Amino acid sequence: MQRTDYRLSQLDMLEAESIHIIREVAAEFERPVLLFSGGKDSITMLRLAEKAFWPAPVPFPVMHVDTGHNFPEVIEFRDRRVTELGVRLVVASVQDSIDQGRVVEETGKWASRNRLQTTTLLDAIEEHGFTAAFGGARRDEEKARAKERVVSFRDEFGQWDPKNQRPELWNLYNTKIRQGEHVRVFPLSNWTELDIWDYIRREALEIPSIYFAHPRMVFERDGLLLADSPYANRDDDEPVFEAMVRYRTVGDMSCTGAVKSVATTLDEVIEEIAATRITERGQTRADDRSSEAAMEDRKKEGYF
Amino acid sequence: MSRTTGGMDLLRFATAGSVDDGKSTLIGRLLYDSKSIFEDQLEAVERTSQDRGEEYTNLALLTDGLRAEREQGITIDVAYRYFATPRRKFIIADTPGHIQYTRNMVTGASTADLAIILIDARKGIIEQSRRHAFLTTLLKVPHLVLAVNKMDLVDYSQETFDRIHDEFTAFAAKLDVHDLTFIPISALHGDNVVERSASMPWYDGPSLLHHLENVHIASDRNLIDVRFPVQYVIRPHRSTDHDLHDYRGYAGQVAGGVLKPGDEVLHLPSGLTTHITDIDTADGPVDEAFPPMSVTLRLADDIDISRGDMICRPHNRPAVAQDIDAMVCWMAVERPLTPRTKLVIKHTTRTARAVVRDLHYRLDVNTLHRDEDATALSLNEIGRVGLRVTQPLFVDDYNRNRLTGGFVLIDEATNATVAAGMITDAK
Ligand SMILES: Nc1nc2c(ncn2[C@@H]2O[C@H](COP(=O)(O)OP(=O)(O)O)[C@@H](O)[C@H]2O)c(=O)[nH]1
Repeated sequence: MQRTDYRLSQLDMLEAESIHIIREVAAEFERPVLLFSGGKDSITMLRLAEKAFWPAPVPFPVMHVDTGHNFPEVIEFRDRRVTELGVRLVVASVQDSIDQGRVVEETGKWASRNRLQTTTLLDAIEEHGFTAAFGGARRDEEKARAKERVVSFRDEFGQWDPKNQRPELWNLYNTKIRQGEHVRVFPLSNWTELDIWDYIRREALEIPSIYFAHPRMVFERDGLLLADSPYANRDDDEPVFEAMVRYRTVGDMSCTGAVKSVATTLDEVIEEIAATRITERGQTRADDRSSEAAMEDRKKEGYF
Repeated sequence: MSRTTGGMDLLRFATAGSVDDGKSTLIGRLLYDSKSIFEDQLEAVERTSQDRGEEYTNLALLTDGLRAEREQGITIDVAYRYFATPRRKFIIADTPGHIQYTRNMVTGASTADLAIILIDARKGIIEQSRRHAFLTTLLKVPHLVLAVNKMDLVDYSQETFDRIHDEFTAFAAKLDVHDLTFIPISALHGDNVVERSASMPWYDGPSLLHHLENVHIASDRNLIDVRFPVQYVIRPHRSTDHDLHDYRGYAGQVAGGVLKPGDEVLHLPSGLTTHITDIDTADGPVDEAFPPMSVTLRLADDIDISRGDMICRPHNRPAVAQDIDAMVCWMAVERPLTPRTKLVIKHTTRTARAVVRDLHYRLDVNTLHRDEDATALSLNEIGRVGLRVTQPLFVDDYNRNRLTGGFVLIDEATNATVAAGMITDAK
């Protein structure tokens, strides 16, 4: 850290703000939980949580909403990371929600378990009595996210009301809720995609291997490169080929697109990202391309 | 687009203007010209622009966040935008200018280092410009920029600019403005936004972006009065690790001053003194801590310290007060603020209950007239109130420290955040 003239670099300022938010929520909520997908944002968030309470352990569990269609590399990474930290892992399974008849599997070519996760997530929050759920969303990701509060209220149905949000001033957060309600907390609100990568490099954080270029069997659909997997519903007219790819976000295998890449080191990945001219979600997420307001609609229902 | 963000510093600014003054266009222009717009975002905007039969690509569409806003073509809530140049990262609090949304502006300004107020050159200073200027000074935003927009529509006239300049300077003299900069721009055509404009040779100041990149903000923080609100007590309790068995650290974000190991400090509310032995972070101990660092203090003596307490210096303490006078901006739709209203007050890391004892006056934010006969503050009104708090708060004047001088009020019935307060006096 640069200390001489009492200035902090912007990464240090972002880190200080995120730690403040995480401590605030840990102090004021009975049962927080950190939503951990194994992606770069939740990896960063978990690292910040670790820093916030050091040398004490992270005082809340982490929860993964497992679609059953995850990249195996990511699940392996998740398990290793939570063991290292000694935190409790809660797995909420979309498959269980389907088996219990809470949701119905989508059908057709674009079928994905992405939207189904909302029910699984809300059921798990209710079942475990979680009152605050940390999410790794950033405001730079998407238009609807740009208006999201840091501590964002959810009613007893888990719904977000963008027109009725609590004003947030200075570093004061309103943490009052009633029984059955909860909040989502976004400690990375003010980080950009590039900030996350810079931080991962600075902190030498480990990330799942799929973020680096690797050979993979893929096929092309609507401009997206999708992994050939049992969940892909690939048509006969969508030929499979091998390509060097990496992932820019980590989501469901059925709807997360890969990008062609030769970047096998972190420096090379950052260089490619810094030069890219397409947003993270536009390039890699089929779920957000269906309509201009796709994210806003999902968020209102209670999505991440 | 900047290549990497690690070492640069950060400027937060808020934008304000009336509807159609060109705020969205300006933000779109800043994002576009700093190459922070991605191709897919631009394509979406171009498509919508064409569908609407617009002549130019409407950069304003880049910042219209929510569906309701896109449909109504207005900005209804604070939205945050990000861009970076090789010199600085910027966070924009994009606050809508409608009369009914004073609360959004107050919210956006609370954390801003700088505010840009947009004026339509054809209309000059209007009532809302004065309101916006007043709010930035009420919230103590350290730097103010008056961007006189749509200069292309007044033939880039120096005379028009000078008239607005003089009129606003006269008005600003009534306010407490420390750093005021005027810049003539055309957000639509890009004049003086990123590059100096060839159309206004008479203007010899910086472009808006140049000003944003270079305005000096390091000395805006209070580095004099040590204020450390205790946020969280860290006690590892790991029986396996004997070194940590007795560890007791007080975690928080520095709200003022510079703390060093060895410094004598005073704890409130106890009034006991001790000294700092270590300032810890997960990356190791540091030799000083200053705002806005999040650190963990360890102290020489075992004092009973918990969340909501304050650590300061023995000869420089905040006021310990249960009676507080403050300027309050009322933000609730459902009901007004009236004397005897009971609320929850959240100040630094302390939460207590409060009752409104007096409404001294309501301020007309356009004329700055004080209405001492007012009996209530309704949505988006500002006034000076006296509060009685159930337990002492450790406060400073908001003018001296925004973090120990600001508070929010919460309605216990709805849990809504209903007011922002700026402390003017405390006993
Ligand atoms: N001629 C001209 N038109 C402008 C300028 N800036 C904005 N406009 C137009 O003014 C209208 C309102 O702008 P907008 O950015 O939506 O205003 P907002 O309501 O303040 O966000 C739009 O039609 C813009 O194209 C400018 O510098 N010159």
